[in-house]
Amino acid sequence: GPLSERPLMEVRLGELHTWISTCDFSPQGLLGAVQKAWNSYYAKYINVRRGGPAGISMLLAGYCLLSYSWNYQYFRRHRWRKYH
Amino acid sequence: VLHTTRQLHTTQQSLAPLPPLPEKGGEVRHGLIPEEFFQFLYPKTGVTGPYMLGTGLVLYLLSKEIYVVNHETVAAACILSIIIYAVKRFGGDVAAFADKLNEEKIAKALAVKNEAMENLQTAIEEEKKEQWRVEGRSYLFDAKRNNVAMLLETNYRERLMMVYNEVKKRLDYQVAMQNLRRQKEQDHMIEWVEKNVVKSITPQQQKESIAKCILDLKALSKGAHAAV
Repeated sequence: GPLSERPLMEVRLGELHTWISTCDFSPQGLLGAVQKAWNSYYAKYINVRRGGPAGISMLLAGYCLLSYSWNYQYFRRHRWRKYH
Repeated sequence: VLHTTRQLHTTQQSLAPLPPLPEKGGEVRHGLIPEEFFQFLYPKTGVTGPYMLGTGLVLYLLSKEIYVVNHETVAAACILSIIIYAVKRFGGDVAAFADKLNEEKIAKALAVKNEAMENLQTAIEEEKKEQWRVEGRSYLFDAKRNNVAMLLETNYRERLMMVYNEVKKRLDYQVAMQNLRRQKEQDHMIEWVEKNVVKSITPQQQKESIAKCILDLKALSKGAHAAV
C-alpha cells in the first residue's frame, strides 16, 4: 500500500526517512499514533482468552528500562571503576 | 406510510455478532521477548543467534558499566526470583479460576440468549395459533346470532304466556261471578219458597194433614199385616 498508511514494522530501512516525513506530529496526530500502538498491543497480548504473564511483564520490563534511562546520570555516580 | 418491502440493512457491516476473542496471545519467549524477534534473526543466525546477542549485550553493559551494579540490583534479583516462583507455582490455578469465571459469564449470557430465542419461538407459535383462530370468526358470530335469536324467542314466548294467563284470569273471574250470582239466586229463591210454604201452612191444615197421615199409615199397616 501507499507509504504513509503502512505500519512501522513493514517499512523498509531505506524508506524510513520518507515514512517519518509523512508522519503527523501534531498533538492529535501523536495521540492517535499512541492510541493505535496501544490498541494493537492490547489486542495482541492482553485481550485474549487464555493469556499468560507475557502481557503485563513486557510492559513492566519496558517501564524498568525507561526509568533506568531517565535516572542514568545518578547511576553513573555509583560506578565501581573509573576507567573502563 | 410504512414501507414494509424496503431493505433495512443496505450494507454488509454490522456490529453484531462480534468476532470471538483469539484463544492465545502472541507468542513470547521467557515472558519478555516476542517470538517475532527470534524468527527475525533465524534466517541469518540460526537458533542460537538471539541468545548470543543477548549474552553479548549483557556483558557489554556490565563491563562498560552502562548498567551499574548496586543495592537495587540485589533487590531486583530477590523480587524477580519471588515473582517467577509465584507465577510458576500458582499460575495454573489462577488461570483455571479466571477461566471458570469467564465460563460462568458466557454461560449466563448464552442462557439469556437461548431463553430469549425460545420465548420468541413460542411467541411465533402463539401468533400462528391466533391467526388460525381468526378463521373461526364466522362461527363465533353465527353462535352469537343464534344466542340472540334464542333470547328474543324466549322473551316473546314468555310475554305470550303472560298475556294468556292474564286473559284467562279475567275470563275466570267473569265465570266465577256468574256462577256466584246463579248460586245466590238459587239459594235465595229456595229459601223464600220454603219460608212462604211454611208460613202458609196454617194450624188447621197442619191438623188435617197429620190426621190424614195417620189414616194412611193405619191403612198401610193393615195392608202389611195382611201381606204377612
